[in-house]
Amino acid sequence: MIYQIPFIAVIGLIAVGMYAILFKKNLIKIAIGITIVESGVNLFLITLGYREGGVAPIYTHLPPGTNIPEGMVLPVPQALTLTSIVIGVAVLALILSLIIKMYRKYGTLNAYEMRRLRE
Amino acid sequence: MKSEGMSPIVQTIAGILFPMVLIFSFYVIMHGHLTPGGGFQGGAIGASAVAMLIVALGAKKINDMVGEEGISSFESIGGLVFVIIAILGLFMATTFLSNFLVGDTIFGKIPPFGSNSGILNSGGILPLLNIAVGMKVIGGLSAVVLVMALATKEEKK
Amino acid sequence: MNEWITHAPILIIAIPLFAAFLTPLVDRVSRRGRNALVFIAVILTLILTLALAKDVFDHGLRIYTLGGGSVDSTLVTLPSGYRLPVRIILEVDGMSAFMVVISVLISFVGLLYSFSHIKENGAGKYYTLFLLMLVGMLGMEVTGDLFNLFVFLEILSISSAALIAFYARGGKPVEASIKYIVISSLAALFVLFAIGLLYGEYDLLNMGAIAKKISLAGEIPFLAQIAFVLFLTSFALKAGAAPMHMWLPDAYGEAPGAISMVLVAATQASLYALLRVCFTIYGAAMDTAVIGGILIILGLISIFIGVTMALIQIDMKRLIGYAAVAEIGYILLAVGVGIFELAKGEISDYSMKALQGGIFHIFNDVMDIGLLFLVVGAVMYVTKESNLNKLGGLAHSMKYSSIFFIIGMAAVSGLPPLNGFASKILIYESVYKVSPLISIIAILASMLMLAIFVKIFHSVFMGPKLTEYERKDAPRLMLCSMAILAAIMIFFGLFPDFVVNNIVNPAVNALVKNLPYISAIGGA
Repeated sequence: MIYQIPFIAVIGLIAVGMYAILFKKNLIKIAIGITIVESGVNLFLITLGYREGGVAPIYTHLPPGTNIPEGMVLPVPQALTLTSIVIGVAVLALILSLIIKMYRKYGTLNAYEMRRLRE
Repeated sequence: MKSEGMSPIVQTIAGILFPMVLIFSFYVIMHGHLTPGGGFQGGAIGASAVAMLIVALGAKKINDMVGEEGISSFESIGGLVFVIIAILGLFMATTFLSNFLVGDTIFGKIPPFGSNSGILNSGGILPLLNIAVGMKVIGGLSAVVLVMALATKEEKK
Repeated sequence: MNEWITHAPILIIAIPLFAAFLTPLVDRVSRRGRNALVFIAVILTLILTLALAKDVFDHGLRIYTLGGGSVDSTLVTLPSGYRLPVRIILEVDGMSAFMVVISVLISFVGLLYSFSHIKENGAGKYYTLFLLMLVGMLGMEVTGDLFNLFVFLEILSISSAALIAFYARGGKPVEASIKYIVISSLAALFVLFAIGLLYGEYDLLNMGAIAKKISLAGEIPFLAQIAFVLFLTSFALKAGAAPMHMWLPDAYGEAPGAISMVLVAATQASLYALLRVCFTIYGAAMDTAVIGGILIILGLISIFIGVTMALIQIDMKRLIGYAAVAEIGYILLAVGVGIFELAKGEISDYSMKALQGGIFHIFNDVMDIGLLFLVVGAVMYVTKESNLNKLGGLAHSMKYSSIFFIIGMAAVSGLPPLNGFASKILIYESVYKVSPLISIIAILASMLMLAIFVKIFHSVFMGPKLTEYERKDAPRLMLCSMAILAAIMIFFGLFPDFVVNNIVNPAVNALVKNLPYISAIGGA
């Protein structure tokens, strides 16, 4: 059961993030919601690669007596997660720049008051 | 954030700490093929060093010393080095991004299989690609922080 | 000299990337040098793409391994003798070559258009983002690896969101861009979740290898079914199918001139990803009636919502945006009928015709809607106004632009002898077999589209001359880019047999029979 807790945490993080994106009016809270969903997906990717009792998949100063390669955790999901974190940083920088520009135009951060594009 | 920076104590300590953090970031970038780290991680540490300077000295002073265009050019050079090394793999060896430095002079040693104590001289083109990515990330993230600091200061006038 | 054609799949990604990194440096030195650099990069990519497409249509699949010993060494041998496909592999088959030609052609026309109306302040960043958008589109269409697809999808959506908000006139483009990046980033995160699910099930990221495992098993396991639902929803959201189309009229309506056209090509790249996942990865084992039915329903809702919402718009670009939603509905309807008739292992005649109509319509849709966006952009450049109530009488001064608008209007509504008729008649004939009611709805929607565009034509170009607007036509480069599109459209309309046999048929064959795709990977 203890090995299922990261997957429950993934579902919880994605649910909290989607609630923040869907139901909050402040633009900064929507941006934080995107970051929370991205953290959830990254946690899911890392948890996929776990092997019980494994060590880090690095050859430098390996603890003596570990099996190569059965005693190491999988390295491919770690590369996928790293790429996803970089992409998340880029998206966050773009969203925050756009929010700064909207604040200077309208003076408010409430998404319902600044809607001009309807129907 | 006041636009003149913070008090002289903070400025002095930031000036002392900046080279140390920068050297740590270069260490993480250079040893990317041996220990956890590499291009993006070391670059993020370097960008946080530059961000510390921006908070301590004020964004206007940093903009006068190194403009936003200078940091952007530094970033573009990093990207260019990456693509040039990858295309060199096409001309000097078989395919794009092939490891043509293994067995050669720079970074060319082939380490023995299994647990070893970390030989810096190995890895082929990987340390060079790490340096290029590190340059790009330091330039990119510092430019983002600098431009945002300048943009939020302007509206206080 | 035929050495370089084997390196063509990676060069069409590497050349725009190199030019995109070089543009900010050259921009600080001289402006004409930067214009020349961008132009040369796109021309080189266009030549390489046409050569690669001709080679793939004649000889079949072409494969490229990054970092391998030779171009074909796709498998890595472990010390125990087990062979795995773990390298990054690019696979160009008929469908990929088709989409790559579309993307580069539309980017070239958009670049010509951009030279004449981009203001000089900050133009260096505009061209960098433009080239990055081209890299994202091309990367999505030639890759053979699922995670590479995700990375290029994110490159495409970030650069296009930055380009939509490039000229912040009064705050509306920035609002459209925020909507676009929030929805698009959420869709891409769900695609990453589905890729993680597939990796957890099969321990492989290569599309051909996963397709081989699914076709050997014969039925789809539960985790792969959940992954399929997430793929279908996220890629249909990025392609603009209703009821997930909310971002599309805002984004197309507020983007600067040529970017609206290149955005249409970008949404077609997401549609290509949807087709690739449907046919190649899950092809042999999916339940054709259910998936076909879902795509037919999505297509019908898109057609209905697109056409009816377009009737009430008063802003020119938003109206064409809603018409673009309806056109995506036609493509999804045709592909859905094609899957519906596809029995396991054989292709019936009607299914082939439906798929031919759908894939041909991808090309026609981009060109028709693109030409309309270009003409409307020229009108906005001359008059600085986009409200239909305030414009009028422009046919006296903008003669050539009104002719191009008539050509685009006739093509979108499916009138002969233009290319819209050729693909739409294939769709009408094959959809009739599933249910005649759907065919009637499709034909009615085409007629309504003609009504919508006649409305624009009448209120913008006809009528007495208004004195507020100066009397000049669009700049010559804009007219040149419109003429290129119109020439290709007339050629496709007059010789549809030639196009269907030589260009569309290899694409459809490559989609439906996924055996060459799988066997090119090889190994266990």
